[in-house]
Amino acid sequence: MSALAAYTTSTGEAFQFWVLGTVAVIGALCTVFMKRAVHSALCLAGTMIILAVFYLANGAYFLGVVQIVVYTGAIMMLFLFVVMLVGVTAADSLKETIKGQRWLALLCGLGFGILLVAGIGNASLTEFNGLGQANAGGNVEGLAALIFTDYVFAFELTGALLITAAVGAMVLTHRERTERAKTQRELAEERVREGKHLPPLPAPGVYARHNAVDIAGLLPDGTPSELTVSKTLRDRGQVRDVSTEALNDLKALEQRAEDRLERTNSGNSGNSGNGGKSGEASK
Amino acid sequence: MNPVNYLYLASLLFTIGATGVLIRRNAIVVFMCVELMLNACNLALVAFSRMHGNLDGQIIAFFTMVVAAAEVVVGLAIIVSLFRSRHSASVDDASLMKL
Amino acid sequence: MENLIALLVAAPLLGAAVLLCGGRRLDAVGHLIGTALAAASFVIGVVLFADMVGKDAEHREMGQHLFSWIPVEGFQADVAFQLDQLSMTFVLLITGVGSLIHVYSIGYMEHDERRRRFFGYLNLFLAAMLLLVLADNYLLLYVGWEGVGLASYLLIGFWQHKPSAATAAKKAFLVNRVGDVGLSIAIMLMFTTFGTFAFGPVLEATGETGEGKLTAIALMLLLAACGKSAQVPLQSWLGDAMEGPTPVSALIHAATMVTAGVYLIVRSADIFNGSPDAQLVTTVVGAVTLLFGAIVGCAKDDIKKALAGSTMSQIGYMVLAAGLGPIGYVFAIMHLVTHGFFKAGLFLGAGSVMHGMNDEVDMRKYGGLRKYMPVTFVTFGLGYLAIIGFPGLSGFFSKDKIIEAAFAKGGTEGWILGSVALLGAAITAYYMTRVMLMTFFGEERWRSRPTASPAEPSVEPAAEHHGEHAEPHPHESPRVMTIPMIVLAVGSVFGGAYFSLGDRFIHWLEPVTEHAHGHPPISALTVTAATVAVMVIGVGLAWLQYGRGPVPVAAPRGSLLTRAARRDLLQDDFNHVVLVRGGEHLTRSLVYVDHTLVDGVVNGTAATMGGLSGRLRRVQNGYARSYAVSMFGGAAILIAVTLLMRAV
Repeated sequence: MSALAAYTTSTGEAFQFWVLGTVAVIGALCTVFMKRAVHSALCLAGTMIILAVFYLANGAYFLGVVQIVVYTGAIMMLFLFVVMLVGVTAADSLKETIKGQRWLALLCGLGFGILLVAGIGNASLTEFNGLGQANAGGNVEGLAALIFTDYVFAFELTGALLITAAVGAMVLTHRERTERAKTQRELAEERVREGKHLPPLPAPGVYARHNAVDIAGLLPDGTPSELTVSKTLRDRGQVRDVSTEALNDLKALEQRAEDRLERTNSGNSGNSGNGGKSGEASK
Repeated sequence: MNPVNYLYLASLLFTIGATGVLIRRNAIVVFMCVELMLNACNLALVAFSRMHGNLDGQIIAFFTMVVAAAEVVVGLAIIVSLFRSRHSASVDDASLMKL
Repeated sequence: MENLIALLVAAPLLGAAVLLCGGRRLDAVGHLIGTALAAASFVIGVVLFADMVGKDAEHREMGQHLFSWIPVEGFQADVAFQLDQLSMTFVLLITGVGSLIHVYSIGYMEHDERRRRFFGYLNLFLAAMLLLVLADNYLLLYVGWEGVGLASYLLIGFWQHKPSAATAAKKAFLVNRVGDVGLSIAIMLMFTTFGTFAFGPVLEATGETGEGKLTAIALMLLLAACGKSAQVPLQSWLGDAMEGPTPVSALIHAATMVTAGVYLIVRSADIFNGSPDAQLVTTVVGAVTLLFGAIVGCAKDDIKKALAGSTMSQIGYMVLAAGLGPIGYVFAIMHLVTHGFFKAGLFLGAGSVMHGMNDEVDMRKYGGLRKYMPVTFVTFGLGYLAIIGFPGLSGFFSKDKIIEAAFAKGGTEGWILGSVALLGAAITAYYMTRVMLMTFFGEERWRSRPTASPAEPSVEPAAEHHGEHAEPHPHESPRVMTIPMIVLAVGSVFGGAYFSLGDRFIHWLEPVTEHAHGHPPISALTVTAATVAVMVIGVGLAWLQYGRGPVPVAAPRGSLLTRAARRDLLQDDFNHVVLVRGGEHLTRSLVYVDHTLVDGVVNGTAATMGGLSGRLRRVQNGYARSYAVSMFGGAAILIAVTLLMRAV
């Protein structure tokens, strides 16, 4: 690794930089521009792994490993958990709602980037030392020596910070149950008292082609009933509507069946396309 | 290749992250972009560490990671509770400060 | 003996306090208390006078320091009195004539239920006037000056239920304010110029002071004198002041108020002596007023207003004399005193006539009253002879001296002033004869229609109605009213002779005011002869016009001058057009400027800020991302600045 101390890097590293750097930038762009949060998260994870590689290439072995373990392994998984919790299938509309926000953002971003690049280009960074000497006793040992001497106070503080964060997360997400949970009997009685839905809620999953839980059942006139889907899914906006083509398929099927049975049927079994719920999931 | 290129890459990633924060409405994605910015900083710090030939940059990057981890925990907790109460993770929906 | 000086002021002031605070319990004796205290003040004055006469001419001045009013470093205001021959003259005039008017008022105001209050005001008037003439510095004089203004306001508006009286009081007060401003400015100028406003130091320091400053001070003092003494251009209040009860008119015209201006000029003699320009202005003001008042007096049918015009004219003589400098001061004061006697007598006589004629004031509805009120006729007649300058009576001596002094001024000015004074004497004789003839001679026009004048077709219906409504029964006034008139008539007859023979008055006042014998271009005898001659001409003219034939009950239309004079020579119209209209226009234009310019600026600023805020508040749209953009932009700008600074 003494080559790292050199004025320029090896050809291998240059190759690695250009290839992986490109991928990292693409990953970052995808993070920003992917419609679904889960895709963004995956792209970000990829970028982070590439960054871990770069850390390793720069002689920060400990950080490289931590990057993979903590960031990609823990933090991104946490992100994925939350994405699942909020609704994995929910897709964002990238349409801008605040007037001029996108242009301002792009303008600022462009200016900011140009300024940063110009600043770096301006700085005389032609000479650098490499980590050969610093990493001579081992990267981890070197870091440890610094952390537990010069930076010990900051290190202790980060410990406090982590504890605080853990407690904070619990406080924020934990909901104290203030009353006894209702028993099944009580729930039933309440339903009778309200008088809206005496029988159990209708089941979902007519014309199931997927996991039928998130597909609304159809009413006799062909319209989907949201009541058939679990409230959690409704809240998340994850009700998957019976798509228009599915209804059309159904109609075609009936038509063919009639044709085959040579039966003329004047009844209107068709249903006007009633989809359009899918776009609302981003709510 | 001059290792300064790492810095250029870092600034590029940082800018992309910042623009993402401004453009995206989904709080989770916004958060991811913030993480991207932090990571870009970390890359720059690591590159600095290499340039100066000491490990202080890596130490700072290490602390950044810790802080980022703490921030993510709290931030995601906030997003979850926000979603619970408003059934939405859009940052624009939380525009209650408007007159 | 000095300690008595304060008592002079204190006695009537006590009377005013007691009467005004005493309430209804004092209604029965109020008039007696007021009269007694006025008389007490007069007695004190006489005692002091006797003491003063007993001393050498050089040591007659005395003073009393009562207390330090405003003892501040560099600003010493004392309540201190100074009694010299000039003040003494005024004290005797004020308290003497004032006391007589008090006595007279007992009868005149007998049926007025607010008589106690009236006497309280009279006492206040006396106290203020005494304070004015006894003060030893200009600031205390100013206090008295304002007190006189207040008392005159209260008394002119005494019958406040009459809108005309309330208006007249307000008018007198406001016009006086203009003069008061002049006095206050004069006092301030004195303080900046001399560092003090006590008479002694100020008048001593005039020798070393520049003429410009003296002229400024003198003109401001003259403005003040114009206000109080009803000189042109601040004369308009005097005629309306006749709305007050007649004793008040007598008091204002004879003893107090209007004499204050003359006193001020004579008291400030050194200041005026140091400024020939101011003296010239003073003489011009006096001469103009002299003619102005006389002309107005000729046209008025209201007996009191005719007398008011006469007062204006006579005060004009005094101001003219005071403006002449050392050759005139003594005669100004002498005429003031004699005028105090006969004008008080005339007013009391007029009041007596009104008393007997159901408060009728129109002389055209008088006539032939000499049979019914002989005492009034005789006293009024003596006053009349005195004012027109009938040889041997008091007005003859004092007025003659003034005319003489006017000629003695020298040069063209002397001729002009002397001629004006002579002309004034002629007009005085004319209008006073007119008053006399219309009131006491001729046919009895107050009787009902048939006897009045059947040849008069254009009788005003209102007047006719009034005439038939209550035919008056002229009668002599009670003794309490006639005795003061008799006393004053005696003064009118003998005062002038007593003062003039042996130059008594000149010797008396000389230590205070200085006196220089004027040398008129024509001999004194000629002047006297001319004075008598014009007097005879004036009387003759009046007799031709009013004595021979019947006097119409309704005023004839008259010439343009007559009509103007009836309207007080358009003084009110002038004030209305120039001051009221001018003020209105000024106010309107200021309001316009305020609305357009000032409000425009203010509202414009507000509208601009409002508009800007309305646009700026859109920036605050509540979206966190928008705020983030501004943060990001700010960060970019910071980097740019940093880089630029490094580059520089």
